[in-house]
Amino acid sequence: MKPKQQRLLLGVVAVAALVGAGFIALSALESKAAYFYTPSDIRQNAVAVGKPIRLGGMVADQSIKRGMDGVTVRFIVADENSQIPVFFKGITPDLFKEKSGVIAEGSMARSGEFIATNLLAKHDEKYMPPELSKGLSTQGASKP
Amino acid sequence: MIAEAGHAALWLAAVMALLQFTLGALGLSSRFKNFLPSTAPTAVVQSVLACISFICLIILFVRSDMSVLLVATNSHSDKPMMYKIAGTWGNHEGSMLLWVTILGIGGATVALFERALDIRTKVATLAAQGVIALGFYAFLLFSSNPFTRINPAPANGQGLNPLLQDPGLAFHPPTLYMGYVGMSVAFSFAIGALVTRDVGPAFARAMRPWILGAWIFLTIGITAGSYWAYYELGWGGWWFWDPVENASLMPWLAATALLHSVTVLATRDSLRAWTIMLSVVAFSMSMIGTFLVRSGILTSVHSFAVDPTRGGFILILLALYIGGAMALFALRIGTVREGNRFEAVSREGALVFNNLLLSTILVVVLVGTLYPLALEATTGTKLSVGAPYFNSVAGPMALILMVGMAVGPLLKWRYDKSKAVLERMAVPILLAALATLLIAIFVGPTAILPLVGLVVAAGVAAASIAPLWKRNLRRTPLFTWGMVIAHLGCAVSIAGMAADSAFTKEALVAMQIGQSQKVGPYTVTLKNISEIPGPNWSALDAEMVVQKGDSAPFIMHPQSRTFRDPPMETSESAIATAWNGQLYLVVGIPTDNSGYPIRMWWKPFVTLIWLGGILIALGGLLSLIGRIDRDLFRGFRSFGRKEKLA
Repeated sequence: MKPKQQRLLLGVVAVAALVGAGFIALSALESKAAYFYTPSDIRQNAVAVGKPIRLGGMVADQSIKRGMDGVTVRFIVADENSQIPVFFKGITPDLFKEKSGVIAEGSMARSGEFIATNLLAKHDEKYMPPELSKGLSTQGASKP
Repeated sequence: MIAEAGHAALWLAAVMALLQFTLGALGLSSRFKNFLPSTAPTAVVQSVLACISFICLIILFVRSDMSVLLVATNSHSDKPMMYKIAGTWGNHEGSMLLWVTILGIGGATVALFERALDIRTKVATLAAQGVIALGFYAFLLFSSNPFTRINPAPANGQGLNPLLQDPGLAFHPPTLYMGYVGMSVAFSFAIGALVTRDVGPAFARAMRPWILGAWIFLTIGITAGSYWAYYELGWGGWWFWDPVENASLMPWLAATALLHSVTVLATRDSLRAWTIMLSVVAFSMSMIGTFLVRSGILTSVHSFAVDPTRGGFILILLALYIGGAMALFALRIGTVREGNRFEAVSREGALVFNNLLLSTILVVVLVGTLYPLALEATTGTKLSVGAPYFNSVAGPMALILMVGMAVGPLLKWRYDKSKAVLERMAVPILLAALATLLIAIFVGPTAILPLVGLVVAAGVAAASIAPLWKRNLRRTPLFTWGMVIAHLGCAVSIAGMAADSAFTKEALVAMQIGQSQKVGPYTVTLKNISEIPGPNWSALDAEMVVQKGDSAPFIMHPQSRTFRDPPMETSESAIATAWNGQLYLVVGIPTDNSGYPIRMWWKPFVTLIWLGGILIALGGLLSLIGRIDRDLFRGFRSFGRKEKLA
């Protein structure tokens, strides 16, 4: 093999490897990426039980119920039209409170409850996750 | 007055950058040959002006000059002095000024100390540096001027995000920027070599210290950033696949590939086009990293600077630089003579395998990082890509890479026999088998990825030391030691990651004062809770007594801090380090009278992750010292002589 041929071969192998990696990446994304839903989105489209998603909305007034063990919490995430009950076990973020924004990471359970593995609360408007403020303003809910 | 001086210095530096490019570009044509020698001094003057401008900004922050908009929005007069200084680059404008200052210093260093390269290649390199700097000066002056005044000046200023009020901040961004800028110098070398068609071992040796240096800084930056996230965020994790973390990982992956391919070019004069391409890719990744962090398009714990209009500017710079470099590559590479060819079973072959895998992992990380942004921009659909994707796709690839890393250094340059290689691999393979057996006996069933991780780590650890066998250790070159230590560091780090994910014990309880909880080998008792005032925060402080078996108990203090300016709460985790792992405690604010929510982790051997990172950086440093000693000084001595390869 001449150097020129080897360079060509190497180039072809490299391009093939990268394109292959791109395909593997995109197909893995299909199953592993977590989509962002509002409560209305969940009500309108059936979300598969156990599929990791992010749920964003407002924590409904008077909905936070702390468990007896002090580390579990149930609350309702709401937007204009729909409500989703959420269960979370862990230390809630510092600014997690009623009538403020929240993003919950987790999945829907068979019972219709959302099991959150992580909560991202609105800190103050300066540090609010942009996707949350956008999601809420398009819903017509209160602006941050 | 100081603000105006800084602003003026910035303008002058921009003019110098323009001059640096113009003189260099003209000097390369035969008509204006006498411009050639003036490029280097211009680069030095440009860097001095950039430094003056940056020092002016530091002085403004130290004095808390609230008539400057940037100081007023990011500092506070009663903030501790260290964070006033660190606050200079804890914001968008200041950090971009730091970026361009480091870039200027990089250019000046090339101008002053690079002697082995042909003068024309050196000037072309400096001209490329001038263009890069010019773009960033324009960005600063037209859309992110750090010296803008406000009238009337506020009394106190808005303060710095409390998460950033940490010693790690003083050190973390500058470290990463050194890495990014080092890649830009390597990129400029590649452009210079393309312009003069002078791609060969001499060029590879001139470029290598910059790649090594950048790579060391990126390694330190990533390791430190990982530890910062680990103790500061209080989530017990050490890597979140956050886009900002990926922004530092991607240049590192590209730099690692480049580091290995440039060695092939320097030693065997193979992989010419490949190395040039990789340096373009590595710089592109640094630019994408800067873009991701600085444009504010991300939703992440790190995106403190939210201003989408600036994103457009960086995106245009990004397109111009990468597009320009790619076009130059396409036009010129056909006229650069091919290097030597190589055998598949050889050190070169193994390094090509390394490069292919690293590039593949890079594509996986890049796609995972950019896909959510692209999807939201085009369809409005929002999604987040996290650990489930990255771990399942990049994890196995990284483990294959590790196997390659075990074999590669045991292969000879030029040509090797497969059978001989297998013999040399016997001990590492036996050790990996032994590790499998030990885990099966003492640990029992574990998840597949951590298990494979531990086994591979054992094999790689043995294989990485193997190149030292039967060698006179005193006469072993420093860069061989560097390789051995860096590869050992990878094994150590992988072992830590695998141990953390396989053996971590976790407990989450609401505790009353006096109550105890077991986690791993420890018994943790909540002894007392008190309120503690800080300089600009107050904290709920938990006094926890920790005991392991019959040994003496010790006390840990996790805190939950409430900051005043701006109002925000953060968790200060308490971490106790033992030889075999870390105990990690976090306290939350109680919501009713059921007790104080406390989360605890026992993480066996988690410290190995960062110890490995330090070893990798140390290995890089040894190589750098060894290479500078051998390449530059020897290169200097043989300056002008024709390169003749063995």
